Amino acid sequence: MRKQKALLFEMGRAGRCGYSLPSNDVPEKSLSELLPKNVQREEQLELPELSEVEVIRHFTELSTRNFGVDTGFYPLGSCTMKYNPKVNEEVAALPGFTHMHPCQPEHTVQGALELYYNMEQHLKEVTGMDRFTMQPAAGAHGELTGLMVIQAYHRHRGDHQRNKVLVPVTAHGTNPATVTMAGYEVVQIPADERGNVDLEALKEAVDETTSALMLTNPSTLGLFEEEILDIAKVVHEAGGLLYYDGANLNAIMGYVRPGDMGFDVVHLNLHKTFSTPHGGGGPGTGPVGVKERLIPFLPKPLVDKKDDQFYFDYDLPNSIGKVQSFYGNFGVVVKAYNYVCMMGADGLKQASTDAVLNSNYLATLLQDNYYIPYDRIRKHEFVVSAKPEKKKGASAADIAKALLDRGFHPPTVYFPLIVDEALMTEPNDTESKETLDAYARAMEEIARAIDEDAEKVAAGPYYTVVGRLDEVRAVRNPILRWQKE
Amino acid sequence: MGGKHYLPLTDEDRREMLKKIGVNSIEDLFSDIPEEVRLTKDLDLPPAMSELEAVKHLNSLAAKNRHLNNCTSFMGAGVYDHFIPSLIKHVIGRSEFYTSYTPYQAEISQGILQAIFEYQTMICQLTGMEVANASMYDGSTAVAEGAIMGCGATRRSKALVSLSVSPFYRAVLQNYFNSRGLELEEIPLKDGYTDFSKLEEMLDDKVASVVLQQPNFFGLIEDLDGVADTIHNHKALLVVSTDPLSLPLLKAPADYGADIVVGEGQGMGIPPSFGGPLLGIMATRQKYVRQLPGRISGQTIDSEGNRGFVMTMQTREQHIRREKATSNICTNEALVALAAAVYMAAMGPQGMREVAGQCLQKAAYAREKITAVDGFEAAFSGPSFKEFAVKVPGKPEELNQKLLQKDILGGVDISPFYPELENTMLFAVTEKRTREEIDTLVRELEGWK
Repeated sequence: MRKQKALLFEMGRAGRCGYSLPSNDVPEKSLSELLPKNVQREEQLELPELSEVEVIRHFTELSTRNFGVDTGFYPLGSCTMKYNPKVNEEVAALPGFTHMHPCQPEHTVQGALELYYNMEQHLKEVTGMDRFTMQPAAGAHGELTGLMVIQAYHRHRGDHQRNKVLVPVTAHGTNPATVTMAGYEVVQIPADERGNVDLEALKEAVDETTSALMLTNPSTLGLFEEEILDIAKVVHEAGGLLYYDGANLNAIMGYVRPGDMGFDVVHLNLHKTFSTPHGGGGPGTGPVGVKERLIPFLPKPLVDKKDDQFYFDYDLPNSIGKVQSFYGNFGVVVKAYNYVCMMGADGLKQASTDAVLNSNYLATLLQDNYYIPYDRIRKHEFVVSAKPEKKKGASAADIAKALLDRGFHPPTVYFPLIVDEALMTEPNDTESKETLDAYARAMEEIARAIDEDAEKVAAGPYYTVVGRLDEVRAVRNPILRWQKE
Repeated sequence: MGGKHYLPLTDEDRREMLKKIGVNSIEDLFSDIPEEVRLTKDLDLPPAMSELEAVKHLNSLAAKNRHLNNCTSFMGAGVYDHFIPSLIKHVIGRSEFYTSYTPYQAEISQGILQAIFEYQTMICQLTGMEVANASMYDGSTAVAEGAIMGCGATRRSKALVSLSVSPFYRAVLQNYFNSRGLELEEIPLKDGYTDFSKLEEMLDDKVASVVLQQPNFFGLIEDLDGVADTIHNHKALLVVSTDPLSLPLLKAPADYGADIVVGEGQGMGIPPSFGGPLLGIMATRQKYVRQLPGRISGQTIDSEGNRGFVMTMQTREQHIRREKATSNICTNEALVALAAAVYMAAMGPQGMREVAGQCLQKAAYAREKITAVDGFEAAFSGPSFKEFAVKVPGKPEELNQKLLQKDILGGVDISPFYPELENTMLFAVTEKRTREEIDTLVRELEGWK
């Protein structure tokens, strides 16, 4: 029997509380003495009134209605849902990391600056770039920062007509949205029949208005851009720069580096490749790395070292400025740094090896029952097209819901857009062969269930805490907060 | 090899899998990478550490930092040393929450979706707004996105920002506007407050958003009565950056006519973490919901009529609308918003009011005592909430150095941001400070110079 869960606002009683504070020990003044009447709150604050145990039971129950990497296999494409090592959480919770104020004098935060400094050296080595900023708080924030840096570079050279950014059709949705945020126009580049960027179309598209090409390599199809060197040449010869969306870096660590492929700017997602948890939607961190000629434009401050002392370098007259109040999501960087320390060079390369091996293996198993376009060696992910199943009456979304009933988190659905009924599947390095075998069996079972009774599959899921949720209703009749009847 | 315990495949597994794929070696799986660019050396990283060694290393780094647990802090300027109830870490430490992704699959993400719905509701209760999003990165990006949202809602391209808005926020706002080709002008100060007579002169039919901060960067409470009317007369929107912990005492932004409310939520159960992760708050009126950036959790029903929650109004968002989206934000600060939700639920109206009240009382006490010390002058007069600016008789850096010897983290030096305010510091006093700690600070100030 399914049961809906009460909201915080439907629980508790007036007069209950879930906190304990010391009493005020300074001489108390009347409120009117400290605050003029006209700035004081008019209505009583409406918040729930609950005891601590009620709050804990409420959120604990909510947590049981949520699926995380610790719950099970999570092959959400391009999200790299690898295991989040527990020790990372433990070290990041040290008060020497969590309780520093961002305005403390530099000599009182030497450990934090050293960590930032070391992490920058490691990321430079992994990517082949020359400098990094840790300031962007997420991948999309890194994209925006990267484009701002590119924009500042062109403007600094007096090159003001570059108002377009090229984005392949296989790019993440954030790429075109970022282009608009940065005040640019998007030019979409199609893919060729092998799933690569269409080189001829790219040659047609570049000109003196091209600011940059944003590329994810391997792409969201999980395919390595085989003509990357030609792509780089075409863009660079037109005076444009090459931007690397690092969402898929987990496929290539130790094998090839964006910096060696001709990329001028990269962003990484520490919450993907570098194992930090995604927190149900964040926080992440999106460090941005650049080649030498773009360093002057990075956000300030950068972290540097002089005579064994670490310091913030604000002396960057051409810097774009700041993209976050302080220095980025430090707490997330601590976790990623611990991961790199534990993995080392061989561990990171093995992670990429196993991610790619798992992906090719799972694709091979699924090919018995499903159509996977672009039949070639893949990197860390692959895209199943449920077009044939859709014809039988069960869509990609329906297959996803059927996976929920079998205890798996589904792949990313309906993305990338160039594959009909897409199921973008990324089994990463931290999954065992048995898990992949079990997933393939579940997918086979679903294929059979569709053949037998597609309508029944399309009506799922059956075993989740709620049934299929009505998204159309949520839009037509928006209820975006609880209100008193 | 490093990280073996995170990589379950054995050599035997790998052999079997390669065989199944139909290739001979691992190298075959990377043959699509052009030979000229393949890395021919090993990455030059320090040798892999075991868990034990890594913990030791990270502990040694953490030990090199001073922090708010071994110092008494009077630092604020947007990030504060507030009390964090123990239960928060236990809730956000539930790995079903923290190891999940953005809730694309609603049926197995009801936990985070409902928690975010509750968070949105409580942000609305605090601000008086009708809709809140699931979070922005921090206060600064919330301010920038709020101003840009105003441009979208009014189809105009200019914003005015008061110089009493945090310089940390204005820097980010300026950068976002530069990049996008939007115009930004600064409203001057008058004795630490926004000069509203200048605002009237600056308003024209190009202005989309007017960005103010309440309490302002100097901790002062701006008198915002009638300001929204002036702004609305020019069909521009009022964007207010606020400290949610001030709202149990201060007028809800909706009540003085704010259209978009943004702010930094770090005070609500989130450690300062050297400035990140923080929590960007964003709320608005129902009529602007289609211009609101970011994720929103909405209520609906399932196939059996049970209440449930989904990510909704997604046609505003990048993964659907691509270049026409209201913003590029994707990953946000969901787990931090969850922490804030737990904080608000545990504190309740009474606890929130108690925290705000103690901040107000203790800051007033400290302000009175500090400015009574010879050579220390209040930079501005008028009511303040939990921090206040003081002109000190010497270099703030030297004063903080002296205070540190007594394990006190002094005020934030704000002179670099306001050259006209020489040797001026911002002192923040939260509910965590005791009378004894404040008195100790005052004694140290008395002994300086």
